[in-house]
Amino acid sequence: MSATTPIPEADGIAACPVSLELNGQRRHLDIEPWTTLLDLLRDRLAMTGTKKGCDHGQCGACTVLVDGKRVNACLTLAVMCDGKQVTTIEGLARGDELHPIQQAFIDHDAFQCGYCTPGQICSAVGMVNEGRARSRDDIREQMSGNICRCGAYPHILEAIEDALPAARAWAGEGER
Amino acid sequence: MNPFSYARPASVDDAVKLAGPDARFIAGGTNLLDLMKENVLRPRQLIDITHLPLREVAASGNGGLRVGALVSNADLAWHPEVEARYPLLSQAILAGASGQLRNMATTGGNLLQRTRCWYFYDTGTPCNKREPGSGCGARDGVNRMNAILGASDACVAVHPSDMCVALAALKATVHVQGRQGAREIAFADFHRLPGDEPQRDNVLADDELITAIELPAEGFATHYRYLKVRERASYAFALVSVAVALEMDGDTVRQAHVALGGVAHKPWRREEAEALLVGQRADDTHFAAAADALLAGAQPLAYNAFKVELARRAIIRALDEAARGVTR
Ligand SMILES: Cc1cc2nc3c(=O)[nH]c(=O)nc-3n(C[C@H](O)[C@H](O)[C@H](O)COP(=O)(O)OP(=O)(O)OC[C@H]3O[C@@H](n4cnc5c(N)ncnc54)[C@H](O)[C@@H]3O)c2cc1C
Ligand code: SF4
Repeated sequence: MSATTPIPEADGIAACPVSLELNGQRRHLDIEPWTTLLDLLRDRLAMTGTKKGCDHGQCGACTVLVDGKRVNACLTLAVMCDGKQVTTIEGLARGDELHPIQQAFIDHDAFQCGYCTPGQICSAVGMVNEGRARSRDDIREQMSGNICRCGAYPHILEAIEDALPAARAWAGEGER
Repeated sequence: MNPFSYARPASVDDAVKLAGPDARFIAGGTNLLDLMKENVLRPRQLIDITHLPLREVAASGNGGLRVGALVSNADLAWHPEVEARYPLLSQAILAGASGQLRNMATTGGNLLQRTRCWYFYDTGTPCNKREPGSGCGARDGVNRMNAILGASDACVAVHPSDMCVALAALKATVHVQGRQGAREIAFADFHRLPGDEPQRDNVLADDELITAIELPAEGFATHYRYLKVRERASYAFALVSVAVALEMDGDTVRQAHVALGGVAHKPWRREEAEALLVGQRADDTHFAAAADALLAGAQPLAYNAFKVELARRAIIRALDEAARGVTR
């Protein structure tokens, strides 16, 4: 491309075919390259459980799992999820049975306004998959990418700590 | 974000053929997309390099470790060989960003992340790095996060990476490939001081791709410390950080590498400061002498004079903890 090529207009660029698995369901989509995974989920697929907070990777409200790893959906291009498995807060429960971390958030009253909660829960699930959190301090440090403006941290910490063993077991069952 | 076209090359050769001034490689996307959302960068094409075969961590010929450019920051920090042989690197990576971001961010991308200077991000203010010749908003602005060493009239930005400070102390090598072929760059020569070309953070050409980072055989796994001082306990960029790698013989320092983050346009090292430690007793007198030599000539700005004393104390403490081997 030469330096004088004008910036292409949106309608001059073809949408890209993308095939991904969203919460266990295969989806074939045509996506404009500049669409983030977060905007795809919320605006096109009406999956509004995943929240838009800062839109710059700073708050963690948009945390989802891609191939089992927690990521910020706001800094992920949807086209780059081609061939991947995406799990959102809507996909954590098994039927009517809540994921242990979801249940623990209810049991421990681990939210106030609830806006950061889906991101907190997905992040905690991703942290369990990483297998590095053993102590309360580990959880505090490893969950620092999720901001809660209500300041519900003490209950969030308790919920996650309490649910760790059950969440590990749940992840193990999922693999079978 | 501005509209852009998207390419997904399958080989390094194809990727560098597509490269050019209007195109950008995208790896983790954590810095590039952030800057595109702010209109700081407006590439016309993104070249998705995540399908290139650059994800391996493998022994290198000379007894070191070769880390593919696409290895994520999390995978690198937790790689068994890195934890065992280069714990300084693990410690530095884990001191940066968040669990989510470390899963996304890549080894190559981390080296090439841009400064977090507020004026660089704010397109309503002048910035020579963003728009050469427009001026520097930070020099007479709120420059708390900016440089105290190695800056120029044109730019007082700092390089924000934690990982790079450890790589500087470990004396890593950067492997790159461009249309003209491959080359290796010593870590100390990779990033630049701003001079009168602050738009250039490093010596990479537009068509060059980082393919790997190579760690030398010596990993300083016994006496090391990455100490990061920031405004909250986790998930904030460094005000000042120190990477120390020592080889000890009893109480005597045999080898010393010290690099600073948060103070300059690149990880800051001075061999003459390190030389003051070699062959000496590991004590506060020698640590202070090394710290003073590392910081000599510091030129703080209106809001960051505190960094000079903060860095001095952080260097002394990091050296002390590394020498005593109490780093975890
Ligand atoms: C909220 C937040 C907090 C953060 N906190 C910290 C922190 O505390 N400490 C810290 O060190 N970092 C921190 N970071 C920065 C983070 O580490 C970087 O954004 C990340 O390492 C960049 O890697 P990437 O793969 O996502 O790069 P990308 O965003 O994909 O790319 C960055 C640049 O590198 C180029 N590029 C990428 N890979 C290659 C390659 N192989 N060859 C040539 N060019 C390439 C791209 O073209 C682009 O210009 C933070 C980021 C955010 C958003
Ligand atoms: S310090 Fe550098 S990056 Fe910051 S405003 Fe000045 S020129 Fe721009």
